[in-house]
Amino acid sequence: MTVPPLIKREFKEYAEKHRLSPQEQEKLMAIVEAVYQKSTYDPEEPVGVVSAQSLSEPATQMTMRTYHFAGTAGIQVTLGLPRMIEIFDARKEPRTPTMTIHIDKEHQSIEQVKKIAEQIKEVKLKDIVVSNVIDLTDMWIKCRLDSAKVKEFDIDAASLPKKIKLRGAEASYEGGNLTLKSKNLDIRALYKMKYALLETHIKGIKGVSQVVVTKEEDEWVINTLGSNLKQVFEIEGVDYARSFCNNMFEMYEVLGIEAGRTAIINQAQYTMEEQGLGVDVRYIMLLADLMTVDGEIKAIGRYGISGQKASVLVRASFEETKKHLVAASVRGEKDQLKGAIENIILNQLAPIGTGAFDLVGRIPEGFVAEEEEETTGKKASKTPSGEKSKAAKEKKHKKVKAAKPKKEAKKSKKSRK
Amino acid sequence: MIMAAPSKIDILKHELVPKHEILTAAEKKELLEKVNATEKQLPKILDSDPVIKKIEAKPGDVIKITRKSQTAGETVYYRIVAEKTKHH
Repeated sequence: MTVPPLIKREFKEYAEKHRLSPQEQEKLMAIVEAVYQKSTYDPEEPVGVVSAQSLSEPATQMTMRTYHFAGTAGIQVTLGLPRMIEIFDARKEPRTPTMTIHIDKEHQSIEQVKKIAEQIKEVKLKDIVVSNVIDLTDMWIKCRLDSAKVKEFDIDAASLPKKIKLRGAEASYEGGNLTLKSKNLDIRALYKMKYALLETHIKGIKGVSQVVVTKEEDEWVINTLGSNLKQVFEIEGVDYARSFCNNMFEMYEVLGIEAGRTAIINQAQYTMEEQGLGVDVRYIMLLADLMTVDGEIKAIGRYGISGQKASVLVRASFEETKKHLVAASVRGEKDQLKGAIENIILNQLAPIGTGAFDLVGRIPEGFVAEEEEETTGKKASKTPSGEKSKAAKEKKHKKVKAAKPKKEAKKSKKSRK
Repeated sequence: MIMAAPSKIDILKHELVPKHEILTAAEKKELLEKVNATEKQLPKILDSDPVIKKIEAKPGDVIKITRKSQTAGETVYYRIVAEKTKHH
């Protein structure tokens, strides 16, 4: 087994720093390789169980320590355990969706960044209205616009009526007043219309309610509350290659499953580290791999991976025992008893660790089974049975070989479970 | 109907999108033999995936993904393209 590229790179740096001779390097590399080999998991070791422990123990610390929001860059973001649950339950919409938008090199001045931020922030009609009046006799709503705000947001007031698309009503603009005339004579409908009118989207990206511009390591970064990656990517000056959001489903839809996987890892790692809990990323990686094996993001819990396992007993032992047992008996399901959990339930040898392998022996050269000789006469049997045992030996030898690649396929096999 | 303007963005350039390569038939066979697995056992990537659409891979193709890894520097992962409709 060769060492991974990262260790190789570090080794090279170390060797250069300490001016090691080629012989010394070779000697050291042999030790590094041996240590690396020792640190890897053995084939069929239940890594899933180890991961589960390694992630859930720190999570219990989380429960005791925090259950509140903490701020980053002035935006309140869900963190701690609630966020962890969000990630692993694969919630379609996080409670606080955020985007981190990087700006390209050509737009690094504060004025330009502010301009981009303005394009992103959503402006609703209520943001630029000072007062609104309802006239119930003539059935109209009149909104007085705040001229300062109209200027600040750089809005063309005359074009506003075109943006208002409410059924059964007509909008017009005149001298700082926006008037909406209803054709319908229902008063309750008019009140409803007023709320719909004030919520009308005027400018910016829908759903982005807060925009904060901060400086991070000599470059401007825009943090937002609310996300819409697709539209932000199209804005001129946005360095889309480095921008991302905290909603892994959005990442998955816009950038594909691999980006979704990376988003899960980064978000989970960030949440853990923010709480001061050190968890080896490898465990999170395994979990993220498991969540994305089928090409789409699946939750861990009862509606995701645990509820879709092949074995009836495993599903029943997790949650909703009766539901699974009843459904399985109605369908006449069979349990193949191939996994670890179902065999533990039945008090059988579970296919984990050494239990996953069969005992294979090597048949010595020229070995002929005694019983065979007795039944088939000495002379006639010698050649065919000799061949037979040779073939059997080869077959068995193959079996040993076949077991070996399991080590490489270990990760993928585990993730299937 | 108004057609959307062609997008200036190339998602393959995004830093969170690793390199995706389509394996040739020979490479695919070699891989399956090497890892001792059938097509069904490989992790999937849906044909509706934006990256798959971009590189124009077809169902049944095996995609070699060269990921940047925090722990190993670089790792290789394989996914097989699966049709979304057949997928539950």
